Amino acid sequence: MSDPTAILLVDDEEEFVSTLAERLEIRGFESKAAYSGDQALSLIENNDYDVVVLDVKMPGMDGLEVMDQIKARRPEMPVILLTGHGSTKEGMEGMQKGAFDYLMKPLDIDELISKVQEALGGRPESG
Amino acid sequence: MNKENWWQRLKNRLPERGEKKRLPQRYRKLQRYIVLLMLLVTLIPLTVMAVTNAMQYQKNIQAERITPMRAIASKAAHSFEIFLEERLSAIHFIASSYSFEILSGEATLHRIFRILREEYGGYVDLGLINAKGKQISYTGPYDLLNKDYSNQQWFNEARVRGVFISDVFMGYRDLPHIALAVQNLNDQGESWILRATMDTKKFDNLISTMGLDPVKDVFLVNSQGTLQTDSKLYGKVLHQCPLEIPETEPGTYVRETTDPEGREIVMIYSRLIKHDFTLVMILPKTSVFKAWHSLKQEMSYMFVISVVLIVLVIFSSTRLLVKRIREADEKREIAFRELEYTQKLSSIGRLAAGVAHEINNPLSIINEKAGLLKDLVDHDMHHDKEKLMRSVSQVLHSVSRCRDITHRLLGFARRIGVEYELLDANEVLTETLGFLEKEAHHRNLDIRYRLSEEIPKIYSDRGQLQQVFLNILTNAFAAVDDGGRVTLSSWQKDAQTVGVSIQDNGHGMDEETKRQIFEPFFSTKKGYGTGLGLSITYGIIKKLGGEIKVDSKVGEGTTFSIFLPQNPPGETEDE
Repeated sequence: MSDPTAILLVDDEEEFVSTLAERLEIRGFESKAAYSGDQALSLIENNDYDVVVLDVKMPGMDGLEVMDQIKARRPEMPVILLTGHGSTKEGMEGMQKGAFDYLMKPLDIDELISKVQEALGGRPESG
Repeated sequence: MNKENWWQRLKNRLPERGEKKRLPQRYRKLQRYIVLLMLLVTLIPLTVMAVTNAMQYQKNIQAERITPMRAIASKAAHSFEIFLEERLSAIHFIASSYSFEILSGEATLHRIFRILREEYGGYVDLGLINAKGKQISYTGPYDLLNKDYSNQQWFNEARVRGVFISDVFMGYRDLPHIALAVQNLNDQGESWILRATMDTKKFDNLISTMGLDPVKDVFLVNSQGTLQTDSKLYGKVLHQCPLEIPETEPGTYVRETTDPEGREIVMIYSRLIKHDFTLVMILPKTSVFKAWHSLKQEMSYMFVISVVLIVLVIFSSTRLLVKRIREADEKREIAFRELEYTQKLSSIGRLAAGVAHEINNPLSIINEKAGLLKDLVDHDMHHDKEKLMRSVSQVLHSVSRCRDITHRLLGFARRIGVEYELLDANEVLTETLGFLEKEAHHRNLDIRYRLSEEIPKIYSDRGQLQQVFLNILTNAFAAVDDGGRVTLSSWQKDAQTVGVSIQDNGHGMDEETKRQIFEPFFSTKKGYGTGLGLSITYGIIKKLGGEIKVDSKVGEGTTFSIFLPQNPPGETEDE
């Protein structure tokens, strides 16, 4: 049995991101919640994640900036962006900059999981 | 003190109708004012002109009518003077040419008298009186030889002054006569007097040669006011003239007066230089001023007609003008309301985008929490009651967050008309900032509060104030870069006024922009601004009875200061 897929979730809305992490855990993923871009970058520095799920709108460093920094360190790391409704423009922009895809909040967890799987190249996932 | 005001305001709370009812009063006042002003500026000059013209005309006409009469009177007086002098000098000539002895001869005197009558006419008698006053030679119709004149006044006067002309008296055949006397000295140094009597027909001739029309009266009076010729108005010769003729130096004078019979007259009188007579000319005023009266009447008609016309024109044009103003005001009011509405819709649109965004976060939380609950049940992990409850309460909390947001938006959208209520300006400001909180958060804006807790509550309209604050806050947010600073302050300006300011440290405005920001359709947000925000803001603040002020420097930032009255306008204005 391979290691479970490790997902880093980044969003400033703590309740949202921690609950999402918990639900992914239930589904057998290894997930870690980060509440800001800085925190996410330092986690990536020291840990290995398979996928990063990143909110675009965040105070301080916003999602796209964080993605740039991640890509600078781990160019192969797939990043899935989260945007609000009506902000598809930012999602598209993110994809041009190298994001794997974007999803709109509120999130369908199954959709997220399938996107994660797609990002990992259809690799059979644990769980 | 405020409590009473509130009650009154509550009673006036049906604002639209009350306002509409009050409106015409304002226009009536305007109309009254314009009418009064126009009447003043037209009627005063017209009246002044009419009066001065009238006076000038009167003067001119008077001068035109009286001056020639005055000249005639003066000339006539002069004729009298010359006539008397001439007669006197004839006597003088005789007295000087002949000695006393020669004249004493009856035949000689008679012959001289005959020549005198032939040459001059009008002489009645001629007598020679010696120094003792005795008539020693006489020729004439009376038997006056040896008559003693020594006691008579004329005799003494002639002796003192050398010559004498008597007043008129009734003489031969009951005709008016005058006596002329000239004194001379004989070789012995004794004085003697040559005296002649003549009728005054010549006086009447002189008067009739003046060629005056029948309404005018000319006569001669002596210094006692006794008529020396017949007067048409004041009686026959030797009657006392009822008019008072002022004692004057010789010369010609004009006087307007009323005679004892109540006639309005113009009296022109000329005193003879050498003799004690005054020539009087009487002009009835009516004849003098006939032309003037008819002119005056015509002028009065013209004046009255002009005034009536002016008043009519002023009234009707003012009414039209005020009507037009009122219509324009109403149109403007409607246009303004429409603009306001448009602006409001655009604000709502802008807010809606923000709200959708903001609502997304709690929705996401609800989504996750509900998903988690489902997961727990699905995976048979629902026995941890505390965990379940925590999730549920999070869901409820998020729902209430959504509700706050929607309420805020609804509260903003609902009100269009003005509704006064008691408000805390700080609260309205903070509440309005709530719409933009997310943006502030994401853009890392430094929002500082310097709100005074001491400020009194104001009586104003929440929706309108929110719109004002929102417009200015939106501008402030647009002016600053990410991480910029916006400071909200409030303070009590004076007993009746609360000040609120929104200050940013953004890029500021130049003078030119600053001057135009409240103009409609002026926008620096090229492409996406309506250019109405601040003009509407200005309009709203004026409507709420407040003031708005802007300070700005390029590169330093902008401060909008709003001053709001504690009580709404309209309580003290108008009547």
